[in-house]
Amino acid sequence: MSYLEATDLARSYQVGRAGFLRKPRSFFAVDGVTLTLNKGETLGIVGESGCGKSTLARLLLGLIPADRGVLTLQGQQTLGVSETEWRALRRRMQLVYQDAAGALDPRMSVRTQVEEPLHIHGLPLDGAERALQAVGLFGAMADRYPHELSGGQLQRVVIARALALEPEILVLDEPVSALDVSIQAQIVNLLMDLQRDFGLSYVFVSHDLSVVRHISNRVAVMYLGRIVEDAPRDQLFADPKHPYTRVLIDAAPKPDPSTRRAIRLEVGDPPNPADPPAGCGFHPRCPLAVDHCRKEAPELRRVAERRVACHLVSEPFG
Amino acid sequence: MIWLLTKTLRAITTLWLVVTFVFFVLRLSGDPTLVLLPDDIDEATRDFYRQLWGLDRPIMVQYWSYLGALLQGDFGISFRNNLDAFQLVWDRVPKTALLTGTALLISLAIGIPLGIIAALYRDSWIDRVVMAVSVFGFSMPNFFLGILLILVFSLNLRVLPSSGSGTWAHLIMPAATLGISFAAQFARYTRSSMIDVLNKSYMRTARSKGAGPLRRVNLHALPNAAIPVVTILGFKVGELLGGAVITETVFAWPGIGRLLTSSVAARDLAVVQCIMILLAFTMVVANMLTDLAYGWLDPRVRVGAKAGAR
Repeated sequence: MSYLEATDLARSYQVGRAGFLRKPRSFFAVDGVTLTLNKGETLGIVGESGCGKSTLARLLLGLIPADRGVLTLQGQQTLGVSETEWRALRRRMQLVYQDAAGALDPRMSVRTQVEEPLHIHGLPLDGAERALQAVGLFGAMADRYPHELSGGQLQRVVIARALALEPEILVLDEPVSALDVSIQAQIVNLLMDLQRDFGLSYVFVSHDLSVVRHISNRVAVMYLGRIVEDAPRDQLFADPKHPYTRVLIDAAPKPDPSTRRAIRLEVGDPPNPADPPAGCGFHPRCPLAVDHCRKEAPELRRVAERRVACHLVSEPFG
Repeated sequence: MIWLLTKTLRAITTLWLVVTFVFFVLRLSGDPTLVLLPDDIDEATRDFYRQLWGLDRPIMVQYWSYLGALLQGDFGISFRNNLDAFQLVWDRVPKTALLTGTALLISLAIGIPLGIIAALYRDSWIDRVVMAVSVFGFSMPNFFLGILLILVFSLNLRVLPSSGSGTWAHLIMPAATLGISFAAQFARYTRSSMIDVLNKSYMRTARSKGAGPLRRVNLHALPNAAIPVVTILGFKVGELLGGAVITETVFAWPGIGRLLTSSVAARDLAVVQCIMILLAFTMVVANMLTDLAYGWLDPRVRVGAKAGAR
């Protein structure tokens, strides 16, 4: 059963200011994303910097308004709701992001900050202690200030803060990218334990394929504000269909340096999202692009458990 | 404890440097007997006064005896009226404290709310108006603003007295003159500090916690934005006293500032020195208080505080 469901979500940003005789230009950071998150599963969202991952994460939480689209949580509309309803939603969906140090108020002890959401929602404060213990922060550690903690500990605090309200969904925006690899593993394993213990659903946004592969049940690949491929994890990694997914998986560092890359990018950098190419957004870099790709943008088509947006992938997949 | 000790030692050193500098500069600035005594007086009388005031001795001897007297709390005698210099200055302190205190209150009461509002409505017309007015406020020299106010409110409208310090009405114009430029500066500092804090990730965190706008501003934004503003406040106390010298002169406000200008003109060395020491002392104390407030506001700079201590 789908739990969190986004349909045609889009969000644009202005480039530069409107001036005399100059219209402000805008571009879509997220351009018509449709996805579903099932209860208890982890949906990984991967893509390069600037592909709209973080914007999507914030849209899903309702932290920024959407230009268009529908977002429902268990069938209930969550976009454009009243302030009271929105705050009630905050209890059910929480955000964890990359910059743990910045996410915490430097003037408050971490315990106070974990307690704050409980205060706001009028819940008993002992939930904070439970959340802190759940992430492995005990006793005096919780009375420290953010500057007295390490990066991994801070990320635990941020997770505890999100957990304190006993939410159903956590949106994790690059939660481990700023951490050392050994700490990354600790946090990822902590997140998986928490998911099992509390029955949480995750949206896990990252550019790190190996982490996403470790934690996700399903993975969606984003390019230029759109989802280009979306499939169960094992299918996606074993048999990527979209050329971009193939390039991405192939580009991930491998333990064996002698491995040859099967497919290469034509052009190194992603296009400017403010000035996207016509047709398929990926065609300037696609090693397989044909004429048709330059003219018409491919639809995201569903085939079995997978969705893919590419003219070259014919049905049935072959 | 060690922190307080080093701070105190530094404060004493600062005061000593000020005393020394003022002492020598004043003695380089000319012979007080030439200014204080009539032009046509004979040289013998001048010598008498030089001896009386100790100006005939070598300058280092004067310096050491002055320092020695200072340590015993003796600030010397005013050349002009033979009164105890410290008493003369001290009698003026309440007036100056009233003026600068009111000006500071006015500037904080106007500047900080305006800065907050401008930051919250950043880039809106409110922000633009506040910032435009503040440019006007701090680019206006306070002697000019003072004269302008006198022209409008005393000469044309005839609603406020132009000089003196008898009633509350006397306080309005000098305090406004002194306060307005500081209000403008505080508005700017508060605005930029608030904007800085509002863009921090923890403000987004607060929002995702479900905190309403009031709570976000009062609990997270303001305390963090206050840190740089408080730092500046310490420095501004000095500028405020400097501004008071001019404002008091313009409005004939009988405070330390006017005493200072007249004493400098008359080469009344002991009085000038006493005022300078008092001003330096106020500055030092203001900065120490700022440091204390800073540590209280910002746990990151709390020195020697144990983890978890509040």
